[in-house]
Amino acid sequence: MKSVEGVRPSDYAKYGLTGEQLLSMLRKMIEIRRFEERVEQLFLQEGVLIGPSHLYLGQEAVAAGTIGALDDDDLITSTYRGHGHAIAKGIPMNLLMAELFGKATGTCRGLGGSMHVAIYPEKGSLYATAIVGSGIPIATGIGLSLQREGKRRVAMTFFGDGASNTGAFHEGINLACVWKVPVIFVCENNMYAMSTRADYAVAAESVAARAQAYKMRAVVADGNDAVAVYLAAKEVVGLARNGQGPTLLECMTYKLHGHGVYDKGDYRPKEEVEAWLQRDPINGLEAKLLKANLATQADFEQIEKEVAAEVEESVTFAKSSPVLSFDELPKLVYARQ
Amino acid sequence: MLELTYADALREALREEMLRDPRVVLMGEEIGVFEGVYKVTRGLLKEFGPERVRDTPISEAAIAGAAIGAALAGLKPVAEIMYMDFLPICLDQIATQAAKMHFMSGGKLKVPMVLRTQYSLGRVHGAQHSQFFPSWLFQVPGLKVVLPSTPHDAKGLLKAAIRDEDPVVFIESGVLYRTKGPVPHGEYVTPLGQCDIKKKGDDITIVAVSRVVHEALAAASKLDEQEVTAEVIDPRTIQPLDLATILESVKRTGRLIIASDDVKSGGIGSEIAARVVEEAFDSLDAPILRVASPDTPIPFSPPLEQAYIPNAQKIIEAVKKLTG
Repeated sequence: MKSVEGVRPSDYAKYGLTGEQLLSMLRKMIEIRRFEERVEQLFLQEGVLIGPSHLYLGQEAVAAGTIGALDDDDLITSTYRGHGHAIAKGIPMNLLMAELFGKATGTCRGLGGSMHVAIYPEKGSLYATAIVGSGIPIATGIGLSLQREGKRRVAMTFFGDGASNTGAFHEGINLACVWKVPVIFVCENNMYAMSTRADYAVAAESVAARAQAYKMRAVVADGNDAVAVYLAAKEVVGLARNGQGPTLLECMTYKLHGHGVYDKGDYRPKEEVEAWLQRDPINGLEAKLLKANLATQADFEQIEKEVAAEVEESVTFAKSSPVLSFDELPKLVYARQ
Repeated sequence: MLELTYADALREALREEMLRDPRVVLMGEEIGVFEGVYKVTRGLLKEFGPERVRDTPISEAAIAGAAIGAALAGLKPVAEIMYMDFLPICLDQIATQAAKMHFMSGGKLKVPMVLRTQYSLGRVHGAQHSQFFPSWLFQVPGLKVVLPSTPHDAKGLLKAAIRDEDPVVFIESGVLYRTKGPVPHGEYVTPLGQCDIKKKGDDITIVAVSRVVHEALAAASKLDEQEVTAEVIDPRTIQPLDLATILESVKRTGRLIIASDDVKSGGIGSEIAARVVEEAFDSLDAPILRVASPDTPIPFSPPLEQAYIPNAQKIIEAVKKLTG
């Protein structure tokens, strides 16, 4: 099993990392962070959003780094914690916010909601499931389709540490290895499945260690370091593209808040939360960009300003959008009546 | 007309659709090298190769899930779940994933896949290899549910199911695999959502499903001798359900029996009875009766299983209650 740590800013050029590329990754992370903070506010302070919602706060480096390593026509599947994947894959923020508001202009016309907001095939985000683990065999099937298509496209699927305890994980991964499909299985290990700790519930050294049972390539990356995630993903995406089969990529990260938007996460030790706060992925990448002289504080301020406007615009768009007519529902059950 | 077995008719449908559309791939346990436990996929691995006839591990959730993913990304998979009893293992994938995708994506996603399975009631397979619960699936908007009773329908409906753009659960009857029947030469497709009137009659309507269609026809033939003419209707698909044909018949006969292999509580008969009462109460001259399996697990003992399953005699008794 391979472990990918970050590289020194002075070595970025050696790894083919450009300032433009890193800034674009940083921008995605800031988009996710500010979007999620606004969503949290809309739930908790303004009370205009309701229902389950699972924020991506703290995990931004994983979505930005992994999806940053894909081509535009590669496919992903997401989960109920999918706002970050959606933004990283380039789904317009207006459509995401409208979906959260249950509006007809949303990614799923208001029929999916927060847990399915990342379903947007127009941008290669094929599916988002709300049942833990269930996306894993589906990704295997997407990989089969891409393998037969023969255009060197790859699929990437996201899930958490909790999903690695489901039957769907083991069945889906085993079949992916039997068929050698071009799929990157990205485990975002944020250390908790709701409040259940992975070091209690995962009876293995790590999630990645489970890959050994399937003679599967496994890579562990520092999930709070976008550069480490990106480099790890880039390599295994390339291998999948070249017909060298699937990889289990475990990204070690941490939820900034709790499981869902209403969960304060106060079952977590204070010292643990504090320690991870010190490793904030956005602050970390900004510091490295400054150190490498690839960006200035003014660049970050410019990004923040643009992103803030984009987020506010999405709220206005969502609020002013209509709700789908109830009469439309029966027409959407079957593709062919 | 050709004379084909139900299994061979199914194989013809698979083969013709694979020749017609390179996107059609098969996946399932024992379907390739072993050619299917009931030989429905005989010769297909040899003809189409392992890329299109894919043996899988014993992983029902992965079989169904992979079929869904393959369908989302452009293939037209036909997955096989060896026994209907194994279908609950992948019920999340079928009912909570595949069935919801089109709706939940606001109409964007399509899942053009077929999940073939079979039930072996009547073949002495015991409580865990004989179950038949189509109403579980019938209760999930987004799925289509097909139940062929003859080689003709098996072939035509499977071709329609493969060409359909929605997830279809295609439930075969294990006892029918070796039965023979006429199948037209050449290409034909039997549309989903159309009842077939298997026998005309004016005195009573018998709606029968899958294996029990043949019991109903045997019953109707005996009743003819007693000058009670029964109309036997095979819905062929229960989702979509062609209620119009059933209503038209009931309005003529005034009497209805629904006969099927599932347990009586909450089964196909319950739903059809409820709909007929809602739509045609005034046309009924007698109560609606159901002939179904009793509400117990399926017994192994051969005589007990024979006593358990719906048959022609039970249908005749029900008819006599209504016409006597």
